[in-house]
Amino acid sequence: MNDTLLWYTARGAGVVSMLLLSGVLALGMLARARVGGRGWPRFLTAALHRDLALMSLVFLALHIVTAVVDPFTHLGLVAAAVPFGSSYRTLWLGLGTVSLELMLAISATSLVRGLIGRRAWRAVHWLAYACWPLAIVHGLGTGTDAGSLWMDSLTVVCVAGVVAALVVRLLTPGDPLARDKRAAASGVATGAPR
Amino acid sequence: MDAPRLRVDPIRCDGHGLCAELLPELIRLDDWGYPIVETAAVPGHLAAHARRAVAACPLQALRLEASPAR
Amino acid sequence: MTGPSLLAGPDLRAGMESAAGHLSRLGPLPPGAASLIDVLERSGLRGRGGAAFPVARKWRAVAERRGARPVVLVNGAEGEPLSRKDRVLMETRPHLVLDGALLAAGALGAGEVLLYVGAEHAAAATALGRALAERPEAERRRVRTVAAPPRYVAGEESAAVRFVNDGVALPTVTPPRPSERGVGGRPTLVQNVETLAHVAMVARFGDAWFRGLGAPGTPGTALLTVTGAVARPGVLEVAQGSALGDAVAAAGGLSDRAGAVLLGGYFGGWVGAEEAWGLRLDAPGLRSAGHSLGCGVVAVLPGHRCGVVETARILTHLAGQSARQCGPCVFGLAAIAGAVQRIAAGTAEADDLERVRRWSGELRGRGACAHPDGAAGLLLSALRTFGDDFLHHHRHGGCAVATREAA
Repeated sequence: MNDTLLWYTARGAGVVSMLLLSGVLALGMLARARVGGRGWPRFLTAALHRDLALMSLVFLALHIVTAVVDPFTHLGLVAAAVPFGSSYRTLWLGLGTVSLELMLAISATSLVRGLIGRRAWRAVHWLAYACWPLAIVHGLGTGTDAGSLWMDSLTVVCVAGVVAALVVRLLTPGDPLARDKRAAASGVATGAPR
Repeated sequence: MDAPRLRVDPIRCDGHGLCAELLPELIRLDDWGYPIVETAAVPGHLAAHARRAVAACPLQALRLEASPAR
Repeated sequence: MTGPSLLAGPDLRAGMESAAGHLSRLGPLPPGAASLIDVLERSGLRGRGGAAFPVARKWRAVAERRGARPVVLVNGAEGEPLSRKDRVLMETRPHLVLDGALLAAGALGAGEVLLYVGAEHAAAATALGRALAERPEAERRRVRTVAAPPRYVAGEESAAVRFVNDGVALPTVTPPRPSERGVGGRPTLVQNVETLAHVAMVARFGDAWFRGLGAPGTPGTALLTVTGAVARPGVLEVAQGSALGDAVAAAGGLSDRAGAVLLGGYFGGWVGAEEAWGLRLDAPGLRSAGHSLGCGVVAVLPGHRCGVVETARILTHLAGQSARQCGPCVFGLAAIAGAVQRIAAGTAEADDLERVRRWSGELRGRGACAHPDGAAGLLLSALRTFGDDFLHHHRHGGCAVATREAA
């Protein structure tokens, strides 16, 4: 009974993590695209992005702990910590481990953003674009429920959501002075001489 | 002790405008979305909101500075 | 007026004064001791780059920094398009400038002197180079020339420092000021060439002498670039505290009926002609009256030229010279210039006049440097001085000046 509970919790938490992570990515892109209006202030997008990220860490922890603790899975801590360290479905599980570690890096740097400076924080944050696909593929490859209608549908919804947000993000013009600032940083003088 | 003061780094700022949403009592946006700090000195009852506005800026362009000792 | 100080000596048209001439006329360079700062404080010398900041206070700010050896950056970039005084000084009295720079280096314990001269001011750079070659080896070793890019903002203090540090002549956010952390992270004194020339004279002849050249509360002399509707436009030296009308007389008097005066150049402000002649050249006094001598440009606008059209032209230029780092400056100046252009052309929108006033008010202090403040100040002075003309353009779409001239 307990084993079944652990097993179902691991799978359920995994699905919720995927949903939340997809939401985090979509919101992150929408925040960058400055989406907002009268009923939806900009700080809300940013705050939800952050809060959902923290929540996804919680469900991810639940997913990993229950999967490791479950005696039925024969997964040790090694599988959770070392990418491709498990002998069971080495590749798909390994991708999940990589995704986890990217998430930890992104979260940790975001928490100390004030200390490490904007450049370093940005560089790590870009890894989100690797983190999320790895999680999706991990779910498709090793997820117990992969192949079932509801799971596949949820996955499609997640991917569609992120792709839609990506389209919005790509169609948004960059920050107004982005080009000038890049030119300045590279030493090119913009503007007419005296 | 003087109140802490808000300062915008105008080079970092890209006019995202979250600061004005979170601290409308002290910050408003100009016609192009860039912040105008109407009152730099933050009164006690708005200190928490000011800290939240500072944390919310995606470019860390808003700062709260302790005013110089008189 | 007790006679020129900086421009005394051989006629300016003779070009650069050599080291031999300089030394025989003025005597040797006195040693640059720390006590020079006290002398400068008593002299009351203020900076001549535009801000009129007390020189002694600036030097003390650098001297008080512990740690790294300071740097002296001689600012000869002369960003103001209407100003020529720095160029003329560098071309004809380069040894005075070098004296001042080396005195500063001595007083502050600086290891390095940088000559920051506009790349396009070839004659000035050549003269300074030749003068430097005439100096003893010990002095030559400490001085390096840096060519400033030809941009308005390149002459701004923090832009000059940043250019030396990483090749980008754009202002940075201050604090930290160059006096705290400048070239190579070291405390840096950025001082205008004319100011340093005055230092060279004060060091030789004393603070009492300097105070005697000017008027109470406003000591010494100043270089002015008098241009526009005057008979002999050019660079003159006048006693501080003298009237603006005297400076115009020294430039040969008016060559045309005067409408207004642009005091301080593009970074300054308009004053009506009648009010202008009586103004005394006194930085604090002018400031309290809402004017500024800035870098000493006195540009007389002839009566037949329209102040609105001139202002539109200047604002367009200033908008184009934005460093383009700060949103309020980039968009604010563009909008203001656009609106004033429309007003000048007679195609103004209904809100234009009210909007430029509001936008200008909103610009103050919201850029990394004072460029937007300068433009806002220019516009507000234009509204004060040419108020009726602005209204006429705005309401009737035509130029009141043109109508007046035709009549």
